[in-house]
Amino acid sequence: MGFLSNLINGISLGSIYAVIALGYTMVYGIAKMLNFAHGDVIMIGGYFVYLSSSKLLHLPPVLSVLIAMVACTILGITIEKIAYKPLRKATSLAVLITAIGVSYFLQNIALVIFGANPVTFTSVVSIPAIKLFDGQIVISGETSVAIVVSILVVIGLSLFIKKTKTGKAMLAVSEDKGAAQLMGINVNKTISITFAIGSALAAIAGALYCSAYPILQNTTGAMPGIKAFTAAVFGGIGSIPGAMIGGILIGVIEILGRAYISTQLADAIVFAVLILILMFKPTGILGKKMVEKV
Amino acid sequence: MLKKLKFKKPDTKNSFVTYGLLLVTFAIVKILFEAGKLSYMIKDLLVPLCVYAILAVSLNLTVGILGELSLGQAGFMCVGAYSGALFSNLLEEAIPQVLIRFPLAMIVGGICAAIFGILIGIPVLRLRGDYLAIVTLAFGEIIKNIFASVYLGLDANGFHVSMKTASDLNMDLDGEMLINGALGLNGTPRDSNFTIAFIVLFITTIVAYNFVNSRTGRAVMSIRDNRIASESVGINVTKYKLITFALTAFFAGVAGSLYSHNFSTLQASKFDYNLSILVLVFVVLGGIGSIRGSIVASILLTLIPELLRGSIGKYRMLIYAVILIVMMIVNNGDYFINLKEKISVKFSSKFKKTKKEVV
Amino acid sequence: MALLEVKNLGITFGGLKAVDNFNLTLEKGALYGLIGPNGAGKTTVFNLLTGVYKPTTGTFLLDGKELKGKKPADINKAGIARTFQNIRLFKNLSVLENVKVGLHNGMKYSTVAGIFRLPSFFKTEKKMDEKALELLKVFELDESADTLASNLPYGKQRKLEIARAIATNPKLLLLDEPAAGMNPNETNELMETIRFVRDHFDLTVLVIEHDMSLVSGICEEITVLNFGTELAKGKTDEVLKNPEVVKAYLGQ
Repeated sequence: MGFLSNLINGISLGSIYAVIALGYTMVYGIAKMLNFAHGDVIMIGGYFVYLSSSKLLHLPPVLSVLIAMVACTILGITIEKIAYKPLRKATSLAVLITAIGVSYFLQNIALVIFGANPVTFTSVVSIPAIKLFDGQIVISGETSVAIVVSILVVIGLSLFIKKTKTGKAMLAVSEDKGAAQLMGINVNKTISITFAIGSALAAIAGALYCSAYPILQNTTGAMPGIKAFTAAVFGGIGSIPGAMIGGILIGVIEILGRAYISTQLADAIVFAVLILILMFKPTGILGKKMVEKV
Repeated sequence: MLKKLKFKKPDTKNSFVTYGLLLVTFAIVKILFEAGKLSYMIKDLLVPLCVYAILAVSLNLTVGILGELSLGQAGFMCVGAYSGALFSNLLEEAIPQVLIRFPLAMIVGGICAAIFGILIGIPVLRLRGDYLAIVTLAFGEIIKNIFASVYLGLDANGFHVSMKTASDLNMDLDGEMLINGALGLNGTPRDSNFTIAFIVLFITTIVAYNFVNSRTGRAVMSIRDNRIASESVGINVTKYKLITFALTAFFAGVAGSLYSHNFSTLQASKFDYNLSILVLVFVVLGGIGSIRGSIVASILLTLIPELLRGSIGKYRMLIYAVILIVMMIVNNGDYFINLKEKISVKFSSKFKKTKKEVV
Repeated sequence: MALLEVKNLGITFGGLKAVDNFNLTLEKGALYGLIGPNGAGKTTVFNLLTGVYKPTTGTFLLDGKELKGKKPADINKAGIARTFQNIRLFKNLSVLENVKVGLHNGMKYSTVAGIFRLPSFFKTEKKMDEKALELLKVFELDESADTLASNLPYGKQRKLEIARAIATNPKLLLLDEPAAGMNPNETNELMETIRFVRDHFDLTVLVIEHDMSLVSGICEEITVLNFGTELAKGKTDEVLKNPEVVKAYLGQ
């Protein structure tokens, strides 16, 4: 029973990783860059939920999350406009360093505004826990909400990309920026929208993550960010279902590692997984192989 | 066409200017030190300053010369710190002379870190740059986590290792605790001092310049500038990436060993991701590819906030982050590259005119 | 024995046959042309011969040694050097250093000798400088030896690429549109240079070119590619008169 309960917790944590990983995978697929600051957008989202639900405004949870989503969307678009857009044609090294700079900036501005002391986050979930097998397994409200939300997000996003004009434009840009432009697609706008969606998802992930692990500080987003990137690579970078599969696998590996191997080394195990994937299957489970043009 | 990062090219003349500056700085600091003019705070900073400069110079080999991003500098430093400290701790009696033991400890630290560098480099150096960054970051965290959970003791029965708790070691009462989990390293002889640290920095700088201005350095820079062309003239890309990566890790390990011998206790948590980022900030702000820039930036960016403590201390990292972003955009953004070209064209034509008028 | 022997070489990208059943035999010292409309697969042939792409079918041999499946660096060591259609120089290195990278495998000293400035460093570097300058002189680039490669004018960049390729001491030199962007005068000069290096460095040259004056001027024989397959092959002037070839070029 202990195993089953760990497994469920793993799937739940993995669902949150999946939502974060979607942001990485979309931006990587379309803008061809690793947005290092994505994890920190989660942290900013967490603070917005915290401020609007408990600290300042005492709004209902759903409304707080919506406010955080709007705030993060604006943040994501602003970051892209100011920091990344001028570097569209620069080397990946320059873009990567800039993204690290943005991550560093977000962490430190949160430090200046909110201080170094962590705040206790009040869960946004008020759904009661589900008890199975006469209470031997308890699935908390946070756990079930995380799983349901992530499934909805993945389905919604897949439909968005397949059915809408904007979604198809995103696909086209990810295939070939130049050709998409010639077809009359506004590449800059498409990239902006990608960042907007990724950041809104990061806000959701922030609310879910902080509800499950209610300690919020300026570095809160860094670790889940890196693990979610691992998930995106695991599933195959650029693939939406891949992000979901990768996220859940990483979540399960982390929780089982924590339970059965070592609490201290759980993170190390996840990172070891990343290194192993890159060694043996760098394209991930559902990834495509990219051919370099000469 | 991609616009390439501007890399400053260190030439021989350039290197001798740097050596001169280093020696003069050393002489001035040494005189002030002997005259008792340095505050305790500055004295305590002297060894760490050299350590940061070594870290930045060595990272610059990977970032500026090879053109790849490594975020594992803290991890390699951690390997060097622990292996070097253990070496000294165990051989303190066997090799009583500090001037033999300590250099050996640094070499041991460097070699251990280089081995880790090669092990981590083989799988990832063939992947695209973003992956290398994230994998080195992950590797740094793994190293930190592992060292933070290791307990190592030595008693009459030999070594005792545990990954759980100190009491699991089952040591004799008179046993010596070498690594105490999250509490870190114990009983490292405090062999570091400013002179030794400076000498190591000086050697690192010479090696870096000589490396860049050699057949190997050229091959490495050719990979940075155009990997496909580099392969087409017979350069073994993986080999030269690995050499550079190992050299960077080696000096990070040496710096780690230097650092651990500056304190009698040291925790693995010191070697976190933020340290790697800080070193990257030094490299970028000093000018990617500029070895002298790395040294100057690491010294100034460490000293200034310490001197201004309180007033800007809180905003230090925030300011660095902003400068970092602005520098990258100004140096690599389309708009600014075009702007600079326009200005330089105008400026040079004006300059020529005035020159003619004078003549 | 022929210097280069290409047998049934082909490659498929996602169902599309980019090059199919390509055959070619080059005798030592030949100056051979590869022409065809845009997208005919000419550069793909070069990418196959230099190991950038792995062929799906067929094989090729240099001096009787099979090179199929080898890495680009190893193929260069075996004796094939190339230039690129979209110039690929080491932009942040000087003109001289670009050529010295080409000399990398021909003149060696170890990394350790470089770091510790052992005698072999000074000796080899001096020899490399001399050899590189000698090569640059052939292309009239010796004056700009210390210029950054990216600061060279376009035509000189093309020449530098050829000099760098020759520095690797190849048996076979592949030139991908060497006259692109040059005016007729420069093209004429380039033809002289190509002939000169072939004789002087004992090379065999395979050249892709759109400029028909260069092709008919220097190539003894040519192959015409169209849609990845061979359309015609033989003596240059005869092939260029072939109605099939004219049709492919003028698009009817």
